[in-house]
Amino acid sequence: MDNLEKIVGDALEQFGRINDAAALEQAKAQYLGKSGALTELLKGLGKLPADQRREAGSRINAAKVELEAALVRRRDALAQLQLDARLAEEALDVTLPGRGAGRGRLHPLTRTQARIEAIFSSIGFDVADGPEIETDWNNFTALNNPENHPARSMQDTFYVENKDTDGRPLLLRTHTSPMQVRYARMWVERFRDAAKVPPIKVIAPGRTYRVDSDATHSPMFHQVEGLWIDEDVSFADLKGVYTNFLRCFFETEELEVRFRPSFFPFTEPSAEIDMAFGAGPNKGKWLEISGAGQVHPTVIRNFGLDPEKYIGFAFGSGIERLAMLRYEINDLRLFYDGDLRFLQQFT
Amino acid sequence: MKFSEHWLRSFVDPSLTTAELAHALTMAGLEVESLEPAAPPCSGVVVAEILEVARHPNADRLSLCRVNVGETAPLSIVCGAPNVVAGMRVPCARIGARLSTPDGGAFEIKRSSLRGVESQGMLCSAKELGIDEDHSGILALAADAPIGADVREVLQLDDTLFTLKLTPNRADCLSLLGVAREAAAITGAAFKAPAITAVAAQGKARHPVKISAPEGCGRFAGRVIRNVNAAAPVPEWMKQRLARSGQRSISALVDVTNYVMLELGRPLHVYDLDKLRGAIDVRFGRRGERVKLLNEQTVEVDENVLCITDESGPIGLAGIMGGDSTKAETDSRHIFLESAFFFPDAIAGRTRRYNFTSDAAHRFERGVDFDNNVAGIERATELILAICGGEPGPTVDDVARLPERKPVHVRSARAARVLGIEVSDTEIAGIFSRLGLASARTAEGFDVTPPSYRFDIAIEEDLIEEIARIHGYERIPANQPRARATMSPQREAVRPLMRVKEAIAARDYQEVVNFSFVEADWERDFCGNDAPIGLLNPISSQLSVMRSGLAGNLVANVRYNLNRKQSRVRVFELGRVFRSDAEVKDGPLTVAGIAQPLKLGGIAYGPAYPDQWGVAERKVDFYDVKADVESLLAPASVRYERAVHPALHPGRAATILLDEKSIGWIGELHPRWQQKYELPQAPVLFELDLDALLAAPMPAFREVSKFPPVIRDLALVVDESVPAQALLEAMQASRPAVVQDLCLFDIYRGKGVDTGKKSLAFRVVMQDTSKTLTDAETEAAMAQLLQLLTASVGAKLRT
Repeated sequence: MDNLEKIVGDALEQFGRINDAAALEQAKAQYLGKSGALTELLKGLGKLPADQRREAGSRINAAKVELEAALVRRRDALAQLQLDARLAEEALDVTLPGRGAGRGRLHPLTRTQARIEAIFSSIGFDVADGPEIETDWNNFTALNNPENHPARSMQDTFYVENKDTDGRPLLLRTHTSPMQVRYARMWVERFRDAAKVPPIKVIAPGRTYRVDSDATHSPMFHQVEGLWIDEDVSFADLKGVYTNFLRCFFETEELEVRFRPSFFPFTEPSAEIDMAFGAGPNKGKWLEISGAGQVHPTVIRNFGLDPEKYIGFAFGSGIERLAMLRYEINDLRLFYDGDLRFLQQFT
Repeated sequence: MKFSEHWLRSFVDPSLTTAELAHALTMAGLEVESLEPAAPPCSGVVVAEILEVARHPNADRLSLCRVNVGETAPLSIVCGAPNVVAGMRVPCARIGARLSTPDGGAFEIKRSSLRGVESQGMLCSAKELGIDEDHSGILALAADAPIGADVREVLQLDDTLFTLKLTPNRADCLSLLGVAREAAAITGAAFKAPAITAVAAQGKARHPVKISAPEGCGRFAGRVIRNVNAAAPVPEWMKQRLARSGQRSISALVDVTNYVMLELGRPLHVYDLDKLRGAIDVRFGRRGERVKLLNEQTVEVDENVLCITDESGPIGLAGIMGGDSTKAETDSRHIFLESAFFFPDAIAGRTRRYNFTSDAAHRFERGVDFDNNVAGIERATELILAICGGEPGPTVDDVARLPERKPVHVRSARAARVLGIEVSDTEIAGIFSRLGLASARTAEGFDVTPPSYRFDIAIEEDLIEEIARIHGYERIPANQPRARATMSPQREAVRPLMRVKEAIAARDYQEVVNFSFVEADWERDFCGNDAPIGLLNPISSQLSVMRSGLAGNLVANVRYNLNRKQSRVRVFELGRVFRSDAEVKDGPLTVAGIAQPLKLGGIAYGPAYPDQWGVAERKVDFYDVKADVESLLAPASVRYERAVHPALHPGRAATILLDEKSIGWIGELHPRWQQKYELPQAPVLFELDLDALLAAPMPAFREVSKFPPVIRDLALVVDESVPAQALLEAMQASRPAVVQDLCLFDIYRGKGVDTGKKSLAFRVVMQDTSKTLTDAETEAAMAQLLQLLTASVGAKLRT
């Protein structure tokens, strides 16, 4: 009985030294097993005088509780050590790059076109696209640009071998303006029986072609045409809408826009639109950005509308030009080279 | 249109700087494309008279000149030019003078010693002053040039050359007179019209003219001048004005006609009177007639081409270019001047047919003043007499038919509606008056009669434009329009095109934009197309036919990037392709005879995955790309069938079918093309109809089962030749109701499977929405699947 404290002391000391679950269970048996030291002491209780028995019993039980608690602690500690070791072993180099498939990017012209579409969609413009091999009528005549007119030499046209139903050579559209005519005619047809044709609001982005190839001209390029026809859409509205568009597109109010008289067969009055940035490498420089004007009465008539009743504006802008200014790209040809080192910059 | 500012200011001299004047013109629609100084800067260069020329004592090629610069002591200057002679007046750069170098720099003339002899300055060539390329000798100045005067003044070097980019409607501004008239209207400055005085006839010499085609030639004024000295030298002032307008001096008679054309906008032609055969007749050509022109080109004419003819046949193309046989030369003695009006419609487009252009044609096809024919003759006569002498006959003016100038009505209210701003009637009247447009007030606006030199005023809008232009576009406000807020329907079953592009980009394809015209070889090789749509006027043979497929461009994209050391190239393009198709009719969005659908094409070359750690590198293969295509097409149920395609490996190519219709193809590049186009590995390509990609069926809801699924595998052995699709389709077509999902998860060949056979393993998911499946039910379903595969493709259970 006198050695109870020593037994407890030895056990605690022994448990603390053990680093292995099995050894801990063996050590447990040494003290608490069938013939363990504490068990033996309990067995010896009966030999004690009755008056001591009670007190000795409770001391031994207390020691037992203490040892069992120590065992649980040690078991938990060992489990924790084991888990720590495993976790340490499983640690990753979290700085290694992730694995898997890569990702492609959209072409800067697509990106630019999407911005243009989003801006005009926000004020209710529809987006239209149509044929790139066009008839002479849609590309020129309907737009008040008859054959032999000197204005035709403003645009050098690619012709193809095939002919239209009138026997005239088909051509590659020199601008997206034919879509003005096609879209407006479809619209007017749709509302043929209405008392009033609802406003025509459309942009037509797409590929266009001209016989021109040098550092600043590509034989294929992209334009976006815009058209807004209603009963009272004026030149002042054109100024407002286009100025607003440029400021939204370039995300700056620090942008000057000027309209100056020009000539296009399909608009009158016609304007050339220039813009100047308020900051950046092109600061203060006037840059030609678009041709525009009030749609010519002959063209309105070709839409199937009465020019006395319906008026409105049209504009045509180069998408490459907008993209080059937006991203400060210095060479037009980069758009068509398919060079991944260029294209992958537009993430 | 290029001209000297000095010349312009002799007609209108607004109190504006050069830059302000240029801005005013630009903002009124006469765009000033460039402003260049007539000469680069220089200072200290004066007129010197050469007093004496002696040989340099130490150099054969140099001479020693004593020159008078207006000071008491002459200067001694060493000069290397061969043309210096005593008495000549030349530009002399004195010590301290600054000259410009051709590259834009400057240098100073210093006291120097050349081969032991001191030189007190430098005599200058035209090139050294930067006014001409001529470096053959010292520039000879006029004999009366004031000695000691600054050459910048003497040669009017402080002048600016204006280049206008004129729009085709403003032919009236293709002359100094026209620009001056316009500048006066824009700025309000006084316009001094060139003074033209009629030159009295000396004698009665005239040449008969007949206008047989009044619909082409409305007027023909002519004059004979006898006994001219056509070899007379052209005065410097005229040469200078011509040079500053970009015209080289040719000979007195040619220069005079060019000068009058630039000054008055009045094209003229000079004939050698002795070479004309009988009366001039202006008529349309006849088939088979030919004429050799001044530019040495011989052209054939026909009944569409207006000609100047005499008894010998055509002697010139009216309004375009004169003929070689009757041209005036420096030895011509008697001449005949032509000052005609040709209708724009009779001239327009003709030069394009002959593939050249001329200043006269450029003007006539846009419209030339039909009221200054006689003025032009008088002005030319005056100049010819002054330079070449001669005896003019009477000016004969034949008028056949002139363009009508009907009044055009403009309503003030319409102008306000179109422009979005009210311009007062008083201001409108003022604008018309400044522009020289005769106008009369009406109840609603004005009746305006355009002048003879304006060919661009025929309808109300033309006048509204004039009002806006002179009022100033800048002064029209920028409005934010008010519009009805109408919502636009969003069709859910049509995928926006942008989403298709984003989806394929997300599968690691970079978007490219390629030209729609390609080389004919690509069409043959990649599309099997021997009859592509050809361009009539291609830029080059590499861009000569319209593509009917995207593969050629995509292969070229791979090549381009491989050549730039990229080892992995995956690109896509979305664009139109073009082929002749008689089925296509004219429609709202179609052109008869041409199919031009939008296609999505892609190509994958090199490793399946980007370089990375922990993944073994392997080449991209058919099935990798097929997964990309499947992801784009989902959820549409498409079928793949082995197919032959000209671009592709015949054993590794499939056509993609949707509702039994081909909507595209996929496959590995044919080894033949891999070799021809020098690709180290075979890429996998695909091309899909955009229409099929845009269709996005609406989702169809099915109830989700609350009961547990049962999953069983089915391993089968079939002949090697049986396509996997045959088994899947057979099971899909008549599967038991409880089978919810089926997937092929393993293919095995080798030990345990006979040669010529393969084992396919399917995972079958079974479930019922109303109860838990019993073993008996699942066993029955599996047995049913096996049975139907045995029946359809001879499948046996793998044991």
